[in-house]
Amino acid sequence: MGERSVKLPDIGEGIAEAELVEWHVKEGDLVREDDLLATVMTDKASVEIPSPLAGEVSWIGAKIGEAVAIGSTLVKLKVAGGDDAEPEDKAPTDNAAVPSAVTKAQTADIGPTPPARVRPAAIEARPATTSAARRAPGEKPTASPAIRLKAQEAGIDLRQVHGTGPAGRITHEDIDAFLSRGPAPLHGRGMSPKTAVTDVKVVGLRRRIAEKMALSKSRIPHITIIEEVNVSPLEDFRASLNRKPTPELPKLTLLPFLMRAMVKALAEQPALNALYDDEAGIVHQHAGIHIGIATQTPSGLVVPVVKHVEARDLRDCSVELNRLAQRARDGTATREELTGSTITITSLGALGGLATTPVINHPEVAIVGVNKIAVRPLWDGAQFVPCKMMNLSSSFDHRVVDGWDAAVFVQRLKELLENPATIFVDP
Amino acid sequence: MTEITCQLVVIGGGPGGYVCAIRAGQLGLDTVLVERGKLGGSCLNVGCIPSKAMIYVAEEFEKLTEAAHGKTPFGLTAAAPALDFKQAIAWKDGIVHRLNNGVAALLRKAKVKIVQGHGRFLDGKTIVVETETGPKTIKAETVVIATGSAPIELPSLPFGGRVISSTDALSLAEVPKSLVVVGGGYIGLELGTAFAKLGSKVSVVEAQDNILPLYDAELTAPITRRLSGLGVEVLTGARALGLTAQGDGLRVETADGQERSLTADKILVTVGRAPVTAALGLEQLVLDMEGRFIRIGQHCETSMRGIYAIGDVTGEPMLAHRAMAQGEMVAEIAAGMPRAWDKRCIPAICFTDPEIVSAGLSPDEAREAGINTKVGQFPFAANGRAMTRHGETGFVRVVARADNQQVIGIQAIGQGVSELSAAFGLAIEMGAVLQDIAGTIHAHPTLGEAVQEAALKALGHAIHV
Repeated sequence: MGERSVKLPDIGEGIAEAELVEWHVKEGDLVREDDLLATVMTDKASVEIPSPLAGEVSWIGAKIGEAVAIGSTLVKLKVAGGDDAEPEDKAPTDNAAVPSAVTKAQTADIGPTPPARVRPAAIEARPATTSAARRAPGEKPTASPAIRLKAQEAGIDLRQVHGTGPAGRITHEDIDAFLSRGPAPLHGRGMSPKTAVTDVKVVGLRRRIAEKMALSKSRIPHITIIEEVNVSPLEDFRASLNRKPTPELPKLTLLPFLMRAMVKALAEQPALNALYDDEAGIVHQHAGIHIGIATQTPSGLVVPVVKHVEARDLRDCSVELNRLAQRARDGTATREELTGSTITITSLGALGGLATTPVINHPEVAIVGVNKIAVRPLWDGAQFVPCKMMNLSSSFDHRVVDGWDAAVFVQRLKELLENPATIFVDP
Repeated sequence: MTEITCQLVVIGGGPGGYVCAIRAGQLGLDTVLVERGKLGGSCLNVGCIPSKAMIYVAEEFEKLTEAAHGKTPFGLTAAAPALDFKQAIAWKDGIVHRLNNGVAALLRKAKVKIVQGHGRFLDGKTIVVETETGPKTIKAETVVIATGSAPIELPSLPFGGRVISSTDALSLAEVPKSLVVVGGGYIGLELGTAFAKLGSKVSVVEAQDNILPLYDAELTAPITRRLSGLGVEVLTGARALGLTAQGDGLRVETADGQERSLTADKILVTVGRAPVTAALGLEQLVLDMEGRFIRIGQHCETSMRGIYAIGDVTGEPMLAHRAMAQGEMVAEIAAGMPRAWDKRCIPAICFTDPEIVSAGLSPDEAREAGINTKVGQFPFAANGRAMTRHGETGFVRVVARADNQQVIGIQAIGQGVSELSAAFGLAIEMGAVLQDIAGTIHAHPTLGEAVQEAALKALGHAIHV
């Protein structure tokens, strides 16, 4: 039995350290080669660290949220064979034998000499396998007088405590576990109140989102305008374009149209395509229109950026949007692809609700929110006609954008989207 | 009129009331106990304690009588015993007196103020006590009603003359030549058995089909046999009609509808006990009642805030140890501690011959509750200690849940089994399973081994049967 250190490998990108965002193992766990040990996060992406060899985790280096230097020890593993020396190059030769040894150990519980190192797993399993008779509704929980008194003093309803003792008897340990963990799931009862509190460390991307949102909302006085848009003509147009088979091109969504409409509207109101450096007191109006697209990924919100939309046609916008969204979801988007926006679109698609109050992507000064499309009656002057209606909820930095200007921008977007041909006509 | 203000006032100094007052005193509550008679209530003065004293005298007398008749199998003979009944009563009274003083001393030690006299409610927070020196008003934040119970009188047999209650039966001037006991519950049978041993010709009249109707036939059969051995005539399904015309006996309608006269120097009526709620001023409070009893919740609280009730006045089972536990709990509640009634069992004992103990559910009760059971029964005939003390009658019976072996009831009948009740109660309160009892070493040779064996029997591997 020897002990090996697993070090945080150089994960490229020329970085010196990475933030630990998740442990996939804990001390005492048995791991096989290539089982995930941890996830670390760099500025750009999260990286999963697999185990280079099999063994039992005997030591864990860092806490979640801490920065780990490249090359420092991440975990220590107890491995079969070998000694405590750590010749890194020796590990690969040992690897082949190790997994089978562990597998054998795991099944050797009933054998004559169960190896000590499988014990943690066995202990782990015990609470789950203790078969306590389930209490029928209305049945009194079984507990000694001392335990009942303890429960009364602590204000615990013993009916909610899972007993692990014989005949489901509630032990002192059960009470302590209840006090520290909250109620265990009750079986055989339809509903039970839950008092557990799960602490989730806000780390990695989530922390970055949190900081960004706090910054935006605390620094920027938002003004939000909600306007409805009749997108029936646009939707007909989009459908007709999508009907043409173009296997190499992604299907057009509404967003490329909106992006192109924004190019048009922003040409008339360059003050909205800007970054406001409030400490310097300067609004940087950008000639290039770089539209951030708020995108939900498995690990949280990221904003890939379609650069130079003013120089892209509809199809180009669509292809680029698709590519970036995919990379963002994969976690393979580069830093360049995730920075540099001058204005942002946020769209939740079918989940988009009736209206939203979008949070401006600091230090930008405007964000356009897309709400869901629904068929609603529209009075055309003579009768109600069913129309595909969509709301736009747009927020502006009221420090540098007056309500009037904001309204003009929104009305312009509405005009363009309701008459899609005008998006493509100059002037 | 003098006025006392306190935190807690307890009305009634029986086992419920005095325990409540002592515990409250221990917890630092300014406590007053109101008692109109002697401290200790029915239990100490006219119930548990004096009856056990008389039962002991009767047992000793009967043993000597047996020896005098040469009936012992171990060759002991003695001259015909003589009993100075007055001295026996005095001995019993001496014990009661010592215990009265003991309770008073404990109350003093706990700094409880005792107010002697009849108390009644003026309102929910005020009690007036008629003391020897005039009325006293007590104002309290919390009031505990612990007024207990008293023997029920039959309309056809009002107490007086030959017709006596259990209280009177414990202070007779002499052993009655003939005694008819009306009511075959545990009080009637305990006293009836004692007088039979002391030489009375005893008859028992029970309206139901069995004596000790609260216990199953397995448990009561040895009692019936023993009563018959003592020459006690037991009439079940029989009704007491009233005194004979001459007033020298009891007219009884027997199970077959015949009328019979039973000659009796004394007619002991033990048909139950009723709560003492009269003249308490309860009409001032309009508490919720449950029949004749005061309705209580799981904190012994009544329907009026700040008023609690404990003991016999709150209903069955009317047992001193239940009242004591309630009293202790209410004192702690009054001191602000979070408490609720969560007892799993209240053991009950009949100090008959042989004795019966029952804790938790009997097999029948478990069946009625829809519980699948495993029952293990071990006879004292197979217990060495029972044999060597010439008491092979009876058994221990353990009732457990079939699905998880949790012990939900233990009963026993036999000589001296009352002392096993502690183990029975503990097992049930602790939530013991059969293996817990079976796996505990029980000292040899003792009656207690039968408990272990009964548990083993339920598990299917008793050693000694």
